[in-house]
Amino acid sequence: MEFVIIIIGAIFVNNIVLNQFLGICPFLGVSTRLSTATGMAAAVTFVMTLATLVTYLVQVILLKPLKIEFLQTVSFILVIAALVQMVELILKKVSQPLYQALGVYLPLITTNCAIMGVALLVFKKNYSLVESVVFAIATSIGFGLALVIFAGIRERLELYEIPEGMKGAPIALITAGLLSLAFMGFSGMV
Amino acid sequence: MANKKKLPSTFPNMLIVLTVVALVSALALAFTYTATKDARELAKLKKTLKALEKVLPEFNNQPNDEKYSVSGYEELEFYPAKKDGNRVGTAIKTYSDAGFGERIWIMAGFDTNNKIINTWVVEQKETPGLGTKMKDAKFRDQFSGKDPATFKIEVKKDGGDVDAITAATISSRAFCEALERAYLALTKGEKQ
Amino acid sequence: MSFGKELYRGIIKENPVLVLLLGMCPTLAVTGSAINGLGMGAAAAVVLLSSNVVISLLKNLIPDKVRIPVFIVVIASFVTVIDLVMAGYTPELHEELGIFIPLIVVNCIILGRAEAFASKNKLLDSLVDGVVMGLGFTIALTVLGSIREILGAGSIFGWKFVSEEASTVLLFILPPGAFIALGFLIAVVNKLAKQKA
Repeated sequence: MEFVIIIIGAIFVNNIVLNQFLGICPFLGVSTRLSTATGMAAAVTFVMTLATLVTYLVQVILLKPLKIEFLQTVSFILVIAALVQMVELILKKVSQPLYQALGVYLPLITTNCAIMGVALLVFKKNYSLVESVVFAIATSIGFGLALVIFAGIRERLELYEIPEGMKGAPIALITAGLLSLAFMGFSGMV
Repeated sequence: MANKKKLPSTFPNMLIVLTVVALVSALALAFTYTATKDARELAKLKKTLKALEKVLPEFNNQPNDEKYSVSGYEELEFYPAKKDGNRVGTAIKTYSDAGFGERIWIMAGFDTNNKIINTWVVEQKETPGLGTKMKDAKFRDQFSGKDPATFKIEVKKDGGDVDAITAATISSRAFCEALERAYLALTKGEKQ
Repeated sequence: MSFGKELYRGIIKENPVLVLLLGMCPTLAVTGSAINGLGMGAAAAVVLLSSNVVISLLKNLIPDKVRIPVFIVVIASFVTVIDLVMAGYTPELHEELGIFIPLIVVNCIILGRAEAFASKNKLLDSLVDGVVMGLGFTIALTVLGSIREILGAGSIFGWKFVSEEASTVLLFILPPGAFIALGFLIAVVNKLAKQKA
């Protein structure tokens, strides 16, 4: 039951993008095409889950026992950067078209605050290892969900007449705001 | 623009540079950690003292120096308050993970009859304007002077006596969970 | 390049948040109040300045293939320093900003400037770049924070100017309001930048 609450909370109620404000850069940058959005969502899910697992272990096995918790920021971001490199290499071998499509966005996953954010959050929420991994998977699903919905809306938006000053980021942000408002409706759920 | 003076990316160069950078960084951070230790602990202490003052009656000992924990509730911190050597109350730093955001910490003050004196929110990351209202006296005043033996620390929706914050039931529940935890620790736990 | 021209570039023409659209996460997350926006901006600006300086100083000693990890370690180290210093000397702000302080390390502005500028330019230019970009970031965050605080809480820098019972547009300190407020702010700045051009 606890896990259900974690999952529903992470996907809907506290959606990482629309409520926690993490992962905005890729959210705005990759959501112009539905196909790249889904590719990005998949990549983020993989990296986020793996990163949370590894950073959790680093904290518990290395940092805390040796009392070098002040190295948390440095070690966590290095773990994430290494994992992203790994994903890049794997993608290059496994799926060239996807690798091309994601292009420059792939290395940008390193600076995706959602990944670093989740790695840090699980300790603030005092989750166990299993709860942390569940949280990471659910959060990335929430990220993917927000991304895909947003991409769908943006593809449609291109067909409309938008005032000059609002084109691009402004209208995207206002749309995101309305989407965030919609997701707020989930607060009563858990 | 090609920089002819740049160090070439040979394996030994890369290894050396990475190692040196990592070492310098680790040392610099260890230094900063030690250099800021006193300031950080002082800041923490000030925060705790402020909370203690809000929830306890007049005392003239140093509760922070006499803090202890009890069996079964090791994460809670007990602060005994004494006036002229006589025990006048106990403040308990308690928590709940049932909130929306990160772990909530509250300080709950109990008198010698285990009645609540007052409560104070030490740390919370709830929804601004809604869950954050747990910090307001308007919400917390309802607990002052109550005896948890007769006053059920649960929101009315769950059959208790607590008025939840409008549109912030989850946060209200979390506050109650923390407070109840403190009361249980106080009455059931044994000093370690 | 004159300092004045650089200032204009950092604050308006190439404002990292409002024009380059970098560093969005902290921009939306901590601008619920003016003081938080200012604090976050200042903290990030210090990291930006420090890392720009160090990276520019070391640019010829960093082999190209390992530059990104080195940049990351440098930036992360300064972030940790700021984190520790704030915990000790500005504890309330430290608590308000929470995980967004360590998250400065993934603020694309800092890594972006390191890669695009500091690693390729002289010390003085990198320093100036750090200063003006930092200023641009701080000003953007403070302005957004002020707007959201005024509309959402009826106060500015904590000074409440409406009565306790007055209804404010709470939406603005909640997530949707952040998106909407930023969207309009960018639209306004876009219009201004285009007129001046």
